[in-house]
Amino acid sequence: AMLDPDSGLSLTIARIVQRLKGSSLHSQLERQARVSLHKPEIKLESLKEDVKDFLKTSGWEKKLQNAVYSELNVFPSPCHPAAPPEHMKEPLAYMRKAQGSWEKRILKSLNSMCTELSIPLAQKRPVSEQKELLNKWNEMGTDEPDLSLFRPVYAPKDFLEVLMNLRNPNYENGEQPSFRNHLGLIQVPLKVKDIPELKEDFSELGLNIGQLGIDDSAQVPPEFFENEHVRVGQKVLAEQDSAAAQQYVRQGCPTALRADLWALILNISNQPEDILYYDQLKSNVIQHDLLVDSLIYKDVKLTASNDDYYFVFEDYLYQVLLCFSRDTSVLEHFTYSSATPPKSYIRGKLGMEEYAVFYPPNVNYNSFILSVAPLCFLYHEPSKLYQIFREMYVRFFFRLHSISSHPSGIVSLCLLFETLLQTHLPQLFYHLREIGAQPLRISFKWMVRAFSGYLATDQLLLLWDRILGYNSLEILAVLAAAVFAFRAVNLMEVTSLAAAEAVLADLSTLKVMPLLQIFLFATVT
Amino acid sequence: FRIMAGKVKWVTDIEKSVLINNFEKRGWIQVAENEDWNFYWMSVQTIRNVFSVETGYRLSDDQIVNHFPNHYELTRKDLMVKNIKRYRKELEKEGSPLAEKDENGKYIYLDFVPVTFMLPADYNLFVEEFRKNPSSTWIMKPCGKAQGKGIFLINKLSQIKKWSRDSKTSSFVSQSSKEAYVISLYINNPLLIGGKKFDLRLYVLVSTYRPLRCYMYKLGFCRFCTVKYTPSTSELDNMFVHLTNVAIQKHGDDYNHIHGGKWTVSNLRLYLESTRGKEVTNKLFDEIHWIIVQSLKAVAPVMNNDKHCFECYGYDIIIDDKLKPWLIEVNASPSLTSSTANDRILKYNLINDTLNIAVPNGEIPDCKWNKSPPKEVLGNYEVLYDEEMAQSDVPDRDLRSRSGQSIGIKGNRARDSGKPILTTWK
Repeated sequence: AMLDPDSGLSLTIARIVQRLKGSSLHSQLERQARVSLHKPEIKLESLKEDVKDFLKTSGWEKKLQNAVYSELNVFPSPCHPAAPPEHMKEPLAYMRKAQGSWEKRILKSLNSMCTELSIPLAQKRPVSEQKELLNKWNEMGTDEPDLSLFRPVYAPKDFLEVLMNLRNPNYENGEQPSFRNHLGLIQVPLKVKDIPELKEDFSELGLNIGQLGIDDSAQVPPEFFENEHVRVGQKVLAEQDSAAAQQYVRQGCPTALRADLWALILNISNQPEDILYYDQLKSNVIQHDLLVDSLIYKDVKLTASNDDYYFVFEDYLYQVLLCFSRDTSVLEHFTYSSATPPKSYIRGKLGMEEYAVFYPPNVNYNSFILSVAPLCFLYHEPSKLYQIFREMYVRFFFRLHSISSHPSGIVSLCLLFETLLQTHLPQLFYHLREIGAQPLRISFKWMVRAFSGYLATDQLLLLWDRILGYNSLEILAVLAAAVFAFRAVNLMEVTSLAAAEAVLADLSTLKVMPLLQIFLFATVT
Repeated sequence: FRIMAGKVKWVTDIEKSVLINNFEKRGWIQVAENEDWNFYWMSVQTIRNVFSVETGYRLSDDQIVNHFPNHYELTRKDLMVKNIKRYRKELEKEGSPLAEKDENGKYIYLDFVPVTFMLPADYNLFVEEFRKNPSSTWIMKPCGKAQGKGIFLINKLSQIKKWSRDSKTSSFVSQSSKEAYVISLYINNPLLIGGKKFDLRLYVLVSTYRPLRCYMYKLGFCRFCTVKYTPSTSELDNMFVHLTNVAIQKHGDDYNHIHGGKWTVSNLRLYLESTRGKEVTNKLFDEIHWIIVQSLKAVAPVMNNDKHCFECYGYDIIIDDKLKPWLIEVNASPSLTSSTANDRILKYNLINDTLNIAVPNGEIPDCKWNKSPPKEVLGNYEVLYDEEMAQSDVPDRDLRSRSGQSIGIKGNRARDSGKPILTTWK
């Protein structure tokens, strides 16, 4: 049943009010309002109006606006008031079921690892160990624990296998392949956008609009676009307007402004209570030892430590990720995620909520690691880095690790990628399929990591500018298709999956914005 | 009228693939040292012999070598400092605005080398300075060694008793250059990234000193220490914390053979712009270019500007936490060993671009040429300073690259106009 727009709006308003009530912003606003009563311009006759005006001129109204905007961005619009809460997580039953099975599998694997290694999922650390960890908090990278027995819980290709096997039980495909059939690996009938729709959605990437990543190259005089764009960016920051910032970054962030712009969009201000929260998480890490800690450690060693750009930040990665596993506020987002995180309790404290720890859906941490690492280029203060990462996770990255029907979910991205390729480069698609090199097998790892670890950092940041700007991960699928289009000539000549992988092995020289622009706006369709 | 007689004949003492591959790809012919050669990539030992009074010989017009005869004026730690001090005093004497000092007596524009003394010669002067700040740390470096050999840190006078001329316990330390040390104020507040200390290695090609013409290689890199930096005195002995030389870091437990603990300069730029802002980052890079040019100007008057010579230097620079760059030393023979795959590519391209500039068209050279290569052959080099260009009244050749670096500086106009040079620097 279609939701009546009015009741939809009032539901949304009610929900936002609910969420902001009791928040620190709420108490600050109250405090500000009370303080304003002493001001001469506040008159008893027009109390309400005057206080409102005061909040406006002092910038507090803007902060409230930003908070509301943030809520709207993060939480999906509610479905029908009669719909059960599962529907907010994921409306399609078969998707929920698949996610549930996947989670069970992960948990089983984790538990068997625990039994095998005789390590509990979670336990309290002995005091001496706590002291030691506190001392080397800033240099955990130099530790050399024996991690040989820990194996990754799953590899990206395992996840891909699960996605490939998704089927909608209500949808009968028929045995005969026809030209209508999707020739790719994903076989669920989700709706994905076509190029005309994408062109509209991503209109700011059009050919006649200035872009950072294209129009700031050495050959272009800065007066043409760059200088003005920087000026506008500074103005947006001065106004502290989240919505304006989100619109602005669609054309890319100037390097010097990016950290602040992202923080503004994500509504992160690093208040004292945020720093305190981070410190609390840190002390949780010191006090309790989780099995996943070793998995995190191993994954960081395997991925970031070997990366040309990220190795420098290895120690920050441990700090952020160890805290993250203990951050139960992240659990809030699971109301709109298809995932239900396995929960465990510190040994001996079963059922006591303050000793609960949860395992995020992607227990394989290398996707996490690669999504934290680029942020180290922007934020060097640990608590701010942590908050930015957490917000990026609950807005975007969690969708890459769970099975859902959401347009930014990994299933939709895979389908979008395959559809774009099959529709616009049919020859290439068919050729690759014939030689056993289904394109998704190669591009999956790019998308699941939001291209981190594959692109040069400056290019990656330009790409993530657009993720934030459009509040969607669809651009990842578009870029993946654009990369194939770019290397189509070479790909047409390969005769094996290995050779295809080789052609696409090195993306470090790619310039993402020209690729996207050409694919969306300059390719004859 | 040049005699074009076939391929360039080359010799090298340095058996490195990045060199040899470059010679071979140009179709040059390898010959022995005692044969007729056109191009000789020498070790510093050989250059000393070629230009020595006893064993030396005249080079002919079609012979080119990769070192200046007395490069050590720049590349020996003690002589570099000596020349810079002399240069500063000269400028001061002639009233140049470049030599301006602040209220504490420190040079405003020319204070880019940490306070340094020669030992044992300046021992007493050193002690005086040391006592002004007894809690400071100093770094002892042997004048004639490289790759971090023989370097150690001290924070107590007793640790260098050996060099005291009055010391009864030491035999008089010979003045030979092998035993001489320099002692410099240790920069104990280096800029840290990810908590780690790093230094910058930049390549600078000089084709002539008078007039000064030098090029900076765009693809320099940062060398990170594998262990977290700590100024704590208990770690003074831990060379892995303090010395960034790859030769040292390579033996650390955490040394990684994939990235080799190195970052590109463009990564550094991205990081600094993102975390500190564009203006201070531009200022930092401008200052780095400035100190390189000043160091070359300092030695230019004493350099034997032999027309058969060019030289590719490895500059080591440390940035402190106030974003001030410090010149640590200049290497005449920067390592051509590759520690990673990326490294190999970088050094191969470095030599390639160097040869394109030094040996035009890859043909048999004529050392009398004007040493002004066309812009197209520069490759990854950019003009850092061209004295001839700067002194002529040619309109500003400011090659402002997108990254905001401005290279190709106007130069010494300030001397005549009396204005401080930094205002014309950009």
